[in-house]
Amino acid sequence: MEAMINLFIKSVFIENMALSFFLGMCTFIAVSKKIETAVGLGIAVTIVQTLTVPANNLIYGYLLKEGALAWAGMGDVDLSFIALMACIGVIAALVQILEMVLDKFFPALYNALGIFLPLITVNCAILAGSLFMIERDYNFQESVVYGVGSGFGWALAIVLMAGGREKLKYSDVPPGLQGLGITFITAGLMALGFMAFSGIQL
Amino acid sequence: MNLNAESKKVLVEPLVDNNPITLQVLGICSALAVTSQLSTALIMSLALTAVTAFSSAGIAAIRNHIPSSVRIIAQMVIIASLVIVVDQVLKAFAYEISKKLSVFVGLIITNCIVMGRAEAYAMKNPPWESFLDGIGNGLGYSLILVTVAVFRELFGSGKLLGFEILPLLKDGGWYVPNGLLLLPPSAFFLIGLIIWGVRTWKPKQREKNDFAIMPAHGDVGGAH
Repeated sequence: MEAMINLFIKSVFIENMALSFFLGMCTFIAVSKKIETAVGLGIAVTIVQTLTVPANNLIYGYLLKEGALAWAGMGDVDLSFIALMACIGVIAALVQILEMVLDKFFPALYNALGIFLPLITVNCAILAGSLFMIERDYNFQESVVYGVGSGFGWALAIVLMAGGREKLKYSDVPPGLQGLGITFITAGLMALGFMAFSGIQL
Repeated sequence: MNLNAESKKVLVEPLVDNNPITLQVLGICSALAVTSQLSTALIMSLALTAVTAFSSAGIAAIRNHIPSSVRIIAQMVIIASLVIVVDQVLKAFAYEISKKLSVFVGLIITNCIVMGRAEAYAMKNPPWESFLDGIGNGLGYSLILVTVAVFRELFGSGKLLGFEILPLLKDGGWYVPNGLLLLPPSAFFLIGLIIWGVRTWKPKQREKNDFAIMPAHGDVGGAH
């Protein structure tokens, strides 16, 4: 249990997807102009990440890993090279299914998240979550915790960023640095702030 | 090779005038993460340019046969196959660097430059122009990546490609390295400054401020 809490804290703060690995930056910069949209996208990313990382963990562990097909009598087959294709396929399919389920059973949430769901397929934070899970050899339980934690960490970062940018609109930024330039520098300062977490050991 | 006007345009324009990173805001993730050393940045640029060029050409070749409802998945399959090839080639011939790049090679699949060019250009244009467009955008990306990496490696550790350029103080030289440049946030600052520089050079790229600062009443330029 202690290890799980440790992993959660680590994936939210110390190894924050957005601010220490720079993943999902394109959407991070593009969709952080308003707090409401940032919150919507953050929730969507957390949900998708929570579903895809464990799903990919099962598929990788029982189908693709070297020797994983032993239960089917093919113990010496190693399919790990198509992990990339499998991961992105699972993500695309899950996003599509989630969209249909939300549309049918939770129309209010669907309308709120609507436009963000398709965007998530190409958010690198999602694919990276699955790839890190494979690289670090997480078991199923760890992958659930890691999925929730990394999704939540990304959501936290984009909401903070949107808060900063809403205030930034009223400040006197030199021409040329306005918009994209100052956004990058703000993100850099936030990343420096998040580095303060790096010494934490639970 | 005879380049007509269109080919030249798609090849040169993404370098500065329509740079994927500083203007189109595409493909930033990897630009920040792999630039602490020049060698990883070079390999990454090469890999991305190759994938963008060939995927654009491949998608352009079958663009009239893809139904628009499944086009994203069709593009994904082409891009993912190319990335797997690149990943395997790197593992075979440059194992050390492929370890350092870790998941970032795989993340070329979701790199917005590749998808962005496929959607915006390759779906509407013939293969050869799309191929050049892919190369052009790949080079625009490489330009930023290499600039940032040169700064970070040279001033952060006094080396370029592993060769010592500025002798470090602790090895008997004179240069005190700036440790901040090796940390990830410095990439944000460098790209922010590059954007500032480019937009000062090309004022057309500037963004409008939402709220202009009003001049103070009565005492413009004067003290209170």
